Amino acid sequence: MGMTLAEKILAQATGQASVKVGDVVEPGVGLAMSHENAALVINQFNEIYKETGLAAKVWEASKIAIIFDHRVPAESPKTATNQKKIREFVAKQGITKFHDIRGDEGGICHQILPENGYVLPGSVIVGTDSHTTTHGALGAFAFGIGATEMASVWVLGRVLNVEVPGTIKVSFNGHLPKGVYPKDLILFLIGKISAEGANFKVFEFHGEVIRRMPTSGRLTICNMAVEAGATAGLVPPDKETLRYLKQDAGVTGKIDVFGPDPDAVYEQTIEIDVSQLSPQIAFPHTVDNVKPIKEAEGIPIQQIVVGSCTNGRLDDLEIIAKTLKGKKIAANVRMLVFPASFRIYLQALKKGYIEDIVKAGAVMMNPGCGPCLGVHQGALADGDKALATTNRNFKGRMGNPDAEVYLCSPATAAASALTGVISDPRKQ
Amino acid sequence: MAKVILKLGAGVSTDIIYPGRFMATVLPNETPRYTFADLAINKKLNAGEIAAGSIIVAEKNFGCGSSREQAASCLKGWELTIIAHDFARIFLQNAINLGLGVINCPTIEASEGDELVIENGKIVNKTTNKSFAIVPLPKARQAIIDAGGLMPYTRSLILHKT
Repeated sequence: MGMTLAEKILAQATGQASVKVGDVVEPGVGLAMSHENAALVINQFNEIYKETGLAAKVWEASKIAIIFDHRVPAESPKTATNQKKIREFVAKQGITKFHDIRGDEGGICHQILPENGYVLPGSVIVGTDSHTTTHGALGAFAFGIGATEMASVWVLGRVLNVEVPGTIKVSFNGHLPKGVYPKDLILFLIGKISAEGANFKVFEFHGEVIRRMPTSGRLTICNMAVEAGATAGLVPPDKETLRYLKQDAGVTGKIDVFGPDPDAVYEQTIEIDVSQLSPQIAFPHTVDNVKPIKEAEGIPIQQIVVGSCTNGRLDDLEIIAKTLKGKKIAANVRMLVFPASFRIYLQALKKGYIEDIVKAGAVMMNPGCGPCLGVHQGALADGDKALATTNRNFKGRMGNPDAEVYLCSPATAAASALTGVISDPRKQ
Repeated sequence: MAKVILKLGAGVSTDIIYPGRFMATVLPNETPRYTFADLAINKKLNAGEIAAGSIIVAEKNFGCGSSREQAASCLKGWELTIIAHDFARIFLQNAINLGLGVINCPTIEASEGDELVIENGKIVNKTTNKSFAIVPLPKARQAIIDAGGLMPYTRSLILHKT
């Protein structure tokens, strides 16, 4: 019986010829990523070693990545002190994949990992962040875990008691219409399958639309797989994956690439013809409350947020810059733009995008997670409606339970910035 | 017997259980004070009006969203038990890892103030005299529960060099 991509990766990571759905496995970890919550991981890591008489040493320092992104630069003495504690741990343990608050190498973890070549196809990646699913875009089995589980991984180098999940095959076929982007595809899928429709399952993304899509769009789609409850979202690696890894991520040497078996068994198959799709909007307060844009047009908004690990990449900024160039955003709107990494920030600067964005009235912010989860900058006022290219719109998400967040693509965000109401990018 | 102190609907996110603005607080002994920070129950918890062992009942997909472990550690701090139709994956694993009581019960019917008894694979609502079957947790999780949580489980593995 053939295996899905997730099954093949888990078989390889456990040194077995095959695994099947429901098997309990303990896969070896290729990369273990944390951000500021490494402060809690360190606490739990030390707890595990307490009174064992053993030296608290991570299993393999080169396989641990720590990226500061959630509250950068620190918003409080408490965060600054946590970051200081993490720096000390990084130095003591010899962790090299560490990205501090720096303009030359900083950014959001889910962009830093791929752009530095830390994500390899066929590997198992765990992260103390639910959007770790992002890295499935490069054919890795990547999933979010909690801090205590990460502490256990730091000790053992493997994840304990993982049940091999069933796979849902999703095929996107047809041609993307004007104004419709990868973000619209994943919002549509989440709306269709529901916020728990893929709980404990894996998405495997197929179809000509995915094959033609650059890695940036695949990262957007896999990033939000978790919003349908999926453990992971995977794109079988192809020529574009190799191009990205070699050209953009600087990976040298042989890259081992494999996809699912042709006779793999899927628990469910979903076919989506994208040709008739329109831009999609996730209404408050759940990510699966998705409607076509015609049902949202005209809703007044007070804040637009563009960026995040979902849509803060160069092609996203290009869409914003080209729409805003030589124009002004509406007077009643605040627009915040935060690229996913400083590498992207500099590329956008070189191409003149930043100038176009700022001159139109938007505020450029440093790469980070801040406004998306309401921990740092960009908080909403009571009664505010925000339109965001981020990934969640839960009540309270942008720091205020008495505000509302709508989710959309960068194209919809840019079109709406000019009008001050939710607007269809196809009508520009 | 324990009392239902809060009845919630479907899709209770970790942003509701433990809002993002408190994420700089990470230690399990500091997180409980922010439990359900934007709901009225927060004041009652902090005023000491909720007995340990009290129950929260919710519908589908409890704990969806972020992987933040504070959402499990804050509830554990008050020694609450969560009965839900089902749970989101990362939250469920965090709960098991920390020893928070979580029970899958897709048919549970209970209102705030009801008294429940959990016994022999079922939940009996003593107030309405109805009983509801519990769906056992996946076997793979049981070893961690039996060890008293993931930290003691991992500690036993390094001490016995497996």
